[in-house]
Amino acid sequence: MPSLAIERWAKSDDCAPDSPVVLTVEGTHGPIIHAVTQAAAERGARPGARLTDARALDPGLIAVPADPAGDAALVERLARWAERWSPLVEVDGGDALRLDIRGVAHLFGGEEGLIEDVRARFAGLGLTVRVAIAPTAAAAWALAHYSRSAVGKRETRRWNSEKSEAAIPLPRSAAAESPSPSEGEGLTTALSPLPVAALRLDADTVRTLERLGLKTIGALIGVPRLALARRFRGAEDVVDALDRALGKKAEPLTAAPVESPPRSAVRLEEPATHPEAAAQALERLIPQLAGVLQERHLGARRLTLSGFRVDGSIAQANVATAIASRDPAHLARLLADKAAMLDPQFGFDAFALQADWTESLGAAQESLVEEPSGAREVARLIDRLTVKLGRRAVRCPKAHSSHVPEKASGWVAAVSSSPSQMGRESRGGKRPQRLLDRPEAIDVIYATPEGMPRRFVWRRAVHDIARAEGPERIAPEWWRQPSSARLRDYYRVEDDTGRRYWIYREGVIGDGRGGAPNWFIHGLFG
Amino acid sequence: MFATHPRDGGWAGFLLAEVGTARPVLWIQDRMAILESGRIHPPGLPFRNLIHVEARDARDALWAMEEGVRCAALSSVIGEIWGNPRALDFTATRRLAVASERSGTPCWLVRLGGTANLSGARMRWRIASAPSLPNPLDAKAPGAPAWIAELFRARGHPPGRWSLAHEAGAFHRLAEPGHRALGEVGRLRA
Repeated sequence: MPSLAIERWAKSDDCAPDSPVVLTVEGTHGPIIHAVTQAAAERGARPGARLTDARALDPGLIAVPADPAGDAALVERLARWAERWSPLVEVDGGDALRLDIRGVAHLFGGEEGLIEDVRARFAGLGLTVRVAIAPTAAAAWALAHYSRSAVGKRETRRWNSEKSEAAIPLPRSAAAESPSPSEGEGLTTALSPLPVAALRLDADTVRTLERLGLKTIGALIGVPRLALARRFRGAEDVVDALDRALGKKAEPLTAAPVESPPRSAVRLEEPATHPEAAAQALERLIPQLAGVLQERHLGARRLTLSGFRVDGSIAQANVATAIASRDPAHLARLLADKAAMLDPQFGFDAFALQADWTESLGAAQESLVEEPSGAREVARLIDRLTVKLGRRAVRCPKAHSSHVPEKASGWVAAVSSSPSQMGRESRGGKRPQRLLDRPEAIDVIYATPEGMPRRFVWRRAVHDIARAEGPERIAPEWWRQPSSARLRDYYRVEDDTGRRYWIYREGVIGDGRGGAPNWFIHGLFG
Repeated sequence: MFATHPRDGGWAGFLLAEVGTARPVLWIQDRMAILESGRIHPPGLPFRNLIHVEARDARDALWAMEEGVRCAALSSVIGEIWGNPRALDFTATRRLAVASERSGTPCWLVRLGGTANLSGARMRWRIASAPSLPNPLDAKAPGAPAWIAELFRARGHPPGRWSLAHEAGAFHRLAEPGHRALGEVGRLRA
């Protein structure tokens, strides 16, 4: 994408297209031009030049700060969108995407079809692209960036070298099309006219090479390897770069996952704008995915449903399950609500369902008789509740080692913990069944300084205390709480009607951490 | 099951004596119930095998209860609903009762600060705390809990009002004049 930054800016900012605008970034000696519009380029502005120099040529330039972070985010988004063509996409630098199209091209009507599709869809987004297909990643980069004819990539199809396994091997069928001994030379002849900068060498090395008269890759190939290696022995190895471009040395995609997650996808003939499209796609996606999971003995714990919109954005919905599952009916039930909520906007033209997180699941799960009691039933219940009410609403208790009552009872999302694994532990004092989220202040009549409470007022109702037990003193946890935290004396009290409460006095008189102690109600006993 | 007063936690003790602990318990509270009378506190419960649901409103709470009741792997479903929401009508309670009978999972609908209107529940209780039993160790301290339980509507069971305490795995009637003996408080469904 040679002019990504300027096109993104032009799209977001409605400015006259022919105004001389330059996007600038801050350099060590003032602003440096990052990208230019066509009009600005005609007036002499060049990316990489200083803004002051360009202004000297034409004072009418309009400088706008560039947004490299936004551009990078767009490239990231486009990389995910480009997964529509190939599962293996890598962001390459700030302006390029690398797709491993091994075994993919025939889905789009061969490599020409793929190129046409890529170009048409990016054009639809308003982005200029230069596309190249080559047997090696470095060669593709070089051709896309430095080839004279941005359009005439058709001949690239024939450059299938025998070293094709080295970097980006093309499909076997394509390789079989032109089984000539001069395949390796095809790549060489294509690269030969390109400048040495196409090898992605650093500027110093390029300058040195050009001074030596080695201006094109072809000239460089002609030099004996030994001489080249001796001359450029530093970090920037010219021989190495040359080998990568020609496929003599492997350059694997660094982002390649060891094993891609189970995934199923459907492509629609026509963009679908009706909201039921996702639900209908699910009917095809889920059995496919279940088949893949079955084959690999996996169960899904987290699923992502992606809807690819025609305008290049994607809508996603996630669901998680409490235990690994590949039961189509269960997955369908979880995903149905989420699928209905995907917003088609201008229409979906493809869907993908991917199991982002899987766990191994043997084939033994399927039994003839559905056992009614079991962790599986509970786990499915948790899934359904979580999908509808949200992760934070459905929780299981998790004990923390703390004496402070509200900290002792932690909660974790039920999806991420099985409810049956909680152990029961004994505590010193008796605890109430219910705890107020925040202790409420109450007015208490009590025998000062540390006597039993006699009567208290909570929410404007007076409770006469008939019986009380306490105090149970809980000291603040000095290793967690601030030093001003006061101790708590808890009392179990029962009022004259038999209602029982858990109240506490915070602090004692003269502890040096505040004035008179305050009373709070914290829990209700059953 | 009705709590006679929203600030009376007594019903929880009464209910917990009845709930089986072998399998997980689904406990649903709507937001108002949590605000007004507190969130359940696992260290105070006799079991840890618990799934807690914090529902936004009565509609969500009822939906979650119905999902839970259909699952036979739970030992019981407890749902607390504050006030008299519109979603809680005869149809909703009847659905719960039918689903509960079909799956065999006991379901308890606890009404906090609500009034008893039409309901499809099989048994309807009203629970209040009563002054507790004497504490053998300390005369001034509260002892084992006691309740006044009123069964005001039940299918196949005459209504009544009892003063009860729970000891050694069974309910005991406290000495109080004027009421018939309680046979067995078995499976209760509210």
